[in-house]
Amino acid sequence: MTDFSPIRRALVVSASAAAATGLSGLLVPAFAQGLAPTPTMRGGANNYRPGAPIVERIGGGGFWMTGTVRRAGDGAPLPGQRIQIWAHTTEGHERDPQSHGATLTDATGAFRLEMPQIVPAFGQPHGHLAYDDPEFETVFLRPVMASARDTSLHVDFVLKPV
Amino acid sequence: MVRAAAIWAGFVTLLVVPAWVAATSPLLAWREPVYVAAGFAGVIALMLLLVQPLLARGDLPGVALARGRRVHRWTGAALVAAVLIHVGGLWLTSPPDVIDALTFNSPTPFSVWGVIAMWAIFATAVLALLRRKIGLRLWRRGHRALALIIVAGTVLHAILIEGTMGTFSKAVLCLAVVAVTLPAVITFRGWAAWVRSATTSGSD
Repeated sequence: MTDFSPIRRALVVSASAAAATGLSGLLVPAFAQGLAPTPTMRGGANNYRPGAPIVERIGGGGFWMTGTVRRAGDGAPLPGQRIQIWAHTTEGHERDPQSHGATLTDATGAFRLEMPQIVPAFGQPHGHLAYDDPEFETVFLRPVMASARDTSLHVDFVLKPV
Repeated sequence: MVRAAAIWAGFVTLLVVPAWVAATSPLLAWREPVYVAAGFAGVIALMLLLVQPLLARGDLPGVALARGRRVHRWTGAALVAAVLIHVGGLWLTSPPDVIDALTFNSPTPFSVWGVIAMWAIFATAVLALLRRKIGLRLWRRGHRALALIIVAGTVLHAILIEGTMGTFSKAVLCLAVVAVTLPAVITFRGWAAWVRSATTSGSD
């Protein structure tokens, strides 16, 4: 099973950049010339609690959720964007309030938030991320870890202006 | 005698080892009791799939066919109960994930196989309750076809999941389930024997 995971991860996590440019580019003419927006993933919004507080760290930490946020089309990095993160971890279920937190992207459009170790739940070790603010269209992601032993997960957002 | 002991030893080992591995999984430390119960109900359901064909065919030494068939019905009822606890417990743990699965809208590929197996199990229960009305022939064919769907669906479901079961012991149990199911649904021997016993005893 672990053998398949890197492929799945490549498909799922990097879908935003590589696949989207090629595939969705055809479907979204406005972005045909540039970076296509990241589509929401199936199940991405499960157990979402809107308005998770911006925190230094979720719980005790030990696991890093990292990523970038760029604008569709020109790919410009988007600073100051709020990314909400939750997962089933060693410190709580997805539904538990303490499993949720948010962070802001820095000047380069990158974000990183420390959180407790994600553990397999509902059959896969996976996290949830949301961009849910007025400026761009809402996106919910549900990346799957290549291995349950991983201590970080990287996710790229490409957002479409509203 | 030695053969009987070997069969029973193998049978018990195939059930006890995967159950033990699942019961001692480190993942349990990070799960609520209802999630633990839901997961284990799924493990038990898979274990029952190993028991069912052996009872139906009278393959377990010392368990006569007629008695095996009676137990087989109760084991079947237990299988329905295990599935209800499995799905119900998962629902309480994370309702949106279960709704996604039941509506065939889940991001996880294994959910669809589990839901297919679930419906095939429920259909078998309904068919079993109606077996006198629908006739032996339809019941036999229906039960065999559904058993194949149940086993295929459950095995795919279990193998694709990263959960409390151990990868190796789970694979061995799944292989064993397939191995005992195929001859049970393909051969007519068991059914012929059952029909004989049913007609001579006058019951059923």
